[in-house]
Amino acid sequence: MYYKLPRIEYYRPKTLEEAVRLLEEVEGSKVIAGGTDLLVDMKTSRAKARALVDVNSIAELRGVEDLGEVVRIGAATKLQELLESPIISENLPLLRAAVESMASWQIRNMATIGGNLCNASPAADTAPPLLAYEAELVIAGRGGLRTVPITKFFTGYRRTALSPTEVLKDIIVRKSEWTGWGYIKLGRRGGFTLSVVAVAALARVRDGVIEDVRIALNSVAPTPVRAYRTEEALRGREVSRDLLEKVARTVVDEISPIDDVRSTAWYRREMSYRLALDALTEALGVK
Amino acid sequence: MRVAFTLNGHRVEVDVESSETLLDTLRLRLGVKSVKRGCERGECGACSVLLDGRPVVSCLLLTVQVEGREIVTVEGLYGDELFEELFEEFSKNFAIQCGYCTPGMLLTSYALVKRASGGPLRVSGDHIVKAIEGNLCRCGTYPRVVRAVSRVLERRLPSGSRL
Ligand SMILES: Cc1cc2nc3c(=O)[nH]c(=O)nc-3n(C[C@H](O)[C@H](O)[C@H](O)COP(=O)(O)OP(=O)(O)OC[C@H]3O[C@@H](n4cnc5c(N)ncnc54)[C@H](O)[C@@H]3O)c2cc1C
Repeated sequence: MYYKLPRIEYYRPKTLEEAVRLLEEVEGSKVIAGGTDLLVDMKTSRAKARALVDVNSIAELRGVEDLGEVVRIGAATKLQELLESPIISENLPLLRAAVESMASWQIRNMATIGGNLCNASPAADTAPPLLAYEAELVIAGRGGLRTVPITKFFTGYRRTALSPTEVLKDIIVRKSEWTGWGYIKLGRRGGFTLSVVAVAALARVRDGVIEDVRIALNSVAPTPVRAYRTEEALRGREVSRDLLEKVARTVVDEISPIDDVRSTAWYRREMSYRLALDALTEALGVK
Repeated sequence: MRVAFTLNGHRVEVDVESSETLLDTLRLRLGVKSVKRGCERGECGACSVLLDGRPVVSCLLLTVQVEGREIVTVEGLYGDELFEELFEEFSKNFAIQCGYCTPGMLLTSYALVKRASGGPLRVSGDHIVKAIEGNLCRCGTYPRVVRAVSRVLERRLPSGSRL
């Protein structure tokens, strides 16, 4: 096959203000970051754009910062940079585990965390850990900055709370004392693959009691999702194998998987249960 | 749009449509034929190049995006000591069959060894497998590639130790 991209105008602003202005003024313009979703979609006519606004040269959109109470990740930070960041491995091991499972070295050198979120694929791999951490997303628009919790960001299949003229600026994650985490991504092969289902779990256990727990999954609903009811059924309870086995099934009622090229709805339901059980076992430190 | 970048140590300047991929610029305008056209959607790695020393796929990169950056392909590595050693091991270990994935495979391996040699060596066989995940080889030479790269890395380890 020989793909050809349609004619486009190309802009590379150095500041966020300029990027927002371009998105407002240039008709049919879209943000491009790593281009690993957008250019594939444009080659296959799944996405259309008349002009591209490249955000890679906007310094304030790049890098990982430890701000004491929170970690700030610039939206245009490359996945590979996250993988190599000591701040991420120390503070956000669950996010690191997910990024490590993503794509290939080449793609991770190009793809950005913001692109993964804004593309809003149900299979987005940075979404489950960030949903579990309850990250805050800082969005820049004409009126300045606004903050949206990631739990309100995904509004439907490949839809987000962003307007077409807004730019995702930062991903802010509050540091919390989690005592454990678990992450499992199941794909059709061992590596370099999209998920059939992935489960991310965070837990805080004190004296054998589950103080807090968060569970999020991808590829099992129109958007990446949290499993709130399963979390509720675990919170405040004493950690035990029995409890987990009883409760982990609840995730199946919180998802709405479909049959597609990667798997069937039935298999996704079964594996969501199994993987939730395993990820929670790890996160809660169940013997 | 006029774009200037460094290709294999030389400054080049081209006049391209904004929609032109680096893959097309390299192959069709600049005659760099080691960079192969494969899936054209980032999955096969045949079109890999080094961008400021890091492997990327040139099919998902617009030429206008590499303004001022440094691109390296295997054409630029002939005579480089590490590259020649790697190439030698690829041949000795029969890590090349049809050869279509080879330039990409060599570039990724080169970037890995280079980076491992720079700092404290923290590379294992698993790292090699993970590094070349994005270079598909339909002949199935993977174990041979891993062996070839291991040999090169082993020579950089303290004597007597193995990978
Ligand atoms: C071979 C291959 C393997 C892949 N494997 C995986 C995988 O394992 N897991 C996974 O989750 N994904 C995977 N992907 C998908 C993709 O690489 C990721 O989703 C990536 O993070 C997208 O980031 P990007 O910077 O390339 O986004 P782009 O393609 O540049 O942009 C994607 C979308 O987000 C918008 N956008 C980007 N940045 C911003 C911003 N700052 N503000 C507003 N809008 C913005 C763009 O307008 C576009 O609509 C893979 C892709 C390929 C080609």
